[in-house]
Amino acid sequence: MSATGSRNGIGLDVLTVGVVLIGLALVSLFLSANTHDPLMKVHAVIFLGAFTLGIAALAMRIAGGLHFDQSRYEEGVIKAGVIATVFWGIVGFLVGLVIASQLAFPNLLYFDEIGWLNFGRLRPVHTSAVIFAFGGNALMATSFYVVQRTCHARLAGGIWPWFVFWGYQLFIVLAATGYVSGITQSKEYAEPEWHVDIWLTIVWVAYLLVFLGTLWKRKVKHIYVANWFYLSFIVTVAMLHIINNLSIPVGLTESKSYSLFAGVQDAMTQWWYGHNAVGFFLTSGFLGMMYYFIPKRAERPVYSYRLSIVHFWSLIFIYIWAGPHHLHYTALPMWAQTLGMTFSIILWMPSWGGMINGLMTLSGAWDKLRTDPVMRMLVVSVAFYGMSTFEGPVMSIRAVNSLSHYTDWTIGHVHSGALGWVAYVSFGAMYCLVPWLWKRKRLYSNALVEWHFWISTVGIVFYITSMWVSGIMQGLMWRAYNSFGFLEYSFVETVEAMHPYYVIRAAGGGLFLIGAFIMAYNLWRTARGDQRAGENVPDAMPLASAIAPAR
Amino acid sequence: MAFKHEIFEKNSILLTIGILVVVSIGGLVEIAPLFYLSNTIEKVDGMRPYTPLELTGRDIYVREGCYLCHSQMIRPLRDEAERYGHYSLAAESMYDHPFQWGSKRTGPDLARVGGKYSDAWHVSHLNHPQSAVPESVMPPYRFLNDNILDGRTIEASLKANKTVGVPYTEAQISAAKADLATQVDEFADGYDDFMARYPGAIVRDFDGDPAHLTEMDALVAYLQMLGTLVDFSTYEADAIENQR
Repeated sequence: MSATGSRNGIGLDVLTVGVVLIGLALVSLFLSANTHDPLMKVHAVIFLGAFTLGIAALAMRIAGGLHFDQSRYEEGVIKAGVIATVFWGIVGFLVGLVIASQLAFPNLLYFDEIGWLNFGRLRPVHTSAVIFAFGGNALMATSFYVVQRTCHARLAGGIWPWFVFWGYQLFIVLAATGYVSGITQSKEYAEPEWHVDIWLTIVWVAYLLVFLGTLWKRKVKHIYVANWFYLSFIVTVAMLHIINNLSIPVGLTESKSYSLFAGVQDAMTQWWYGHNAVGFFLTSGFLGMMYYFIPKRAERPVYSYRLSIVHFWSLIFIYIWAGPHHLHYTALPMWAQTLGMTFSIILWMPSWGGMINGLMTLSGAWDKLRTDPVMRMLVVSVAFYGMSTFEGPVMSIRAVNSLSHYTDWTIGHVHSGALGWVAYVSFGAMYCLVPWLWKRKRLYSNALVEWHFWISTVGIVFYITSMWVSGIMQGLMWRAYNSFGFLEYSFVETVEAMHPYYVIRAAGGGLFLIGAFIMAYNLWRTARGDQRAGENVPDAMPLASAIAPAR
Repeated sequence: MAFKHEIFEKNSILLTIGILVVVSIGGLVEIAPLFYLSNTIEKVDGMRPYTPLELTGRDIYVREGCYLCHSQMIRPLRDEAERYGHYSLAAESMYDHPFQWGSKRTGPDLARVGGKYSDAWHVSHLNHPQSAVPESVMPPYRFLNDNILDGRTIEASLKANKTVGVPYTEAQISAAKADLATQVDEFADGYDDFMARYPGAIVRDFDGDPAHLTEMDALVAYLQMLGTLVDFSTYEADAIENQR
């Protein structure tokens, strides 16, 4: 099989996927028959159903005549990824709105007999849905797109990219059903239990191999900068995931496990993981996105090649050290806290290196901010990235942290990054990708992008300002003393004081969700090939070809 | 310049290895020493593994996501010591797989909630938080009363904890299921043996329903022992081995 030729029929990829699916279907059949744990039984049945569907889908693909044209890019799996990104985004924002409203109106939104609707079970659904389902699908879809275009090669692995896509959706379903039914190991952003962790590891290794395999097929000598960032995200997340999730299950047919580490060591390992879920999932991966979509949309080269090298290596080296700033003034030894704080402050520089490289790429194309709302969304995302990565080092200073820790300030900080940076750069990429993938001349409507942009931006401003006020206020109230030298406020007085800000926060989240619905509608009409009447939208982007240029 | 970045840009394996090396260093320096530096965990009297009922309560605490709103880590700050009690020691979570320090206080810290309220207060608060604290934003946990504990996996749970380093004895593991019921009945036959296995444990009917052993019993038993194990009368904060 030559690199530029085509292939018909069953190859090694189809055989290996088939063997893996059949093997795992048998394992889950055995598990569902033998477990006495009702929660594990539910997951075993979901596993079994998914693998059976997978085998059926594979059989239909074989019956339909497999055809892999090496001279064309693989775009189907990316289209699926775009749809999944938008779908999970809306689910994640919706659950976020629900739990924000529960804190604002607890008497209306909790139900005695429905334990699974409680805040404690839904909150991980929200965080996992936005980080791993929305963010993860956006990263997989864009990385598959970018690695093909910048390597001038079709995705490696034949049918394997589809295994990665559907396997990842299965992971999301298992995680979410687990949380609401009570399967969690209580490590933030790593809540899924051991059996789901093992499944994610299998999918993730396949993802790494598809990505690396495509790099090996590349027809250009240099690996483009976006791919360095994507690769560091995939490799590092694998390392973090495996080590932080080491645990001993109660039994091989039981869903419950106990973490290998305890107390202080477990806390350090968890926040080494947790902070680098931010660093590598939510930063490094999305910087890869930035390094492709901003230059492409602006039709300008990346501002500085040298800066991209310096900030890439320094960013990934320094991020790893920053975890202990989540543990200031705790029982973690002081030397580790100090190391974490120091590196968190140093981290400001490589973070802003990325911001500067992204923003300055607009040199000579700043007028697009006025004319192209998609460009504006991408640029504002980088601005939020800059703001967030300045706020982070400030909050990591021990004295500041003594006030901000345990309060809503942290929640506000996370959301300026998650909504402003991660979601906006993903929205920008989706607005680029849909016309490119569905071969449309332009978006259905630029006016709707404007509406999306402004409604969401007002939502973000509501969100982060209300959380600044409530967080700093609560921190100050906790430490306030009256003139007799007694604590001024009981704890519940500080809870009561939060109420108006929780209402404003929920309103901000609601606006953000409305914006996402507008985007979904606009992208759906674009994919259908509609163009909104009365709008004079220029063909903002060169129509991307589906044919891999041979070199 | 002798070194050219091209080397990484032209070889994906070198790039991958380079990334792995660079991202490994921070974790190795910050995490690995915590496993062998002897002053990482203070020397204290009183720490013991959880009783089967407390461990079950802790599993419920984990399952319901309590850690998302309640920390178990009192910082050495004046206001926290006055509000919650002595700052938390690393030793106090040495048997916690995983740790429950938390990251957010939508509700108050629970590291030393043990003994602060009556069992009846906890039960009515968990049933309907706003009945005890009208301004509370906490969800209700009435369903815990209806979930009967059968102890199906309790022995395996203790074994798994032993595997990861909690010093459960063979006697504790083999009696685990019986100990679940013993801890809610002061007149049980196994009372003396139970107290010998878990010195200082609280034995009483926690949920006000002696007829049933429920998840409410387990959760309240866990809450009532939180932060009560370490004997602070013998703890020397200024001793050199406790300086960290």
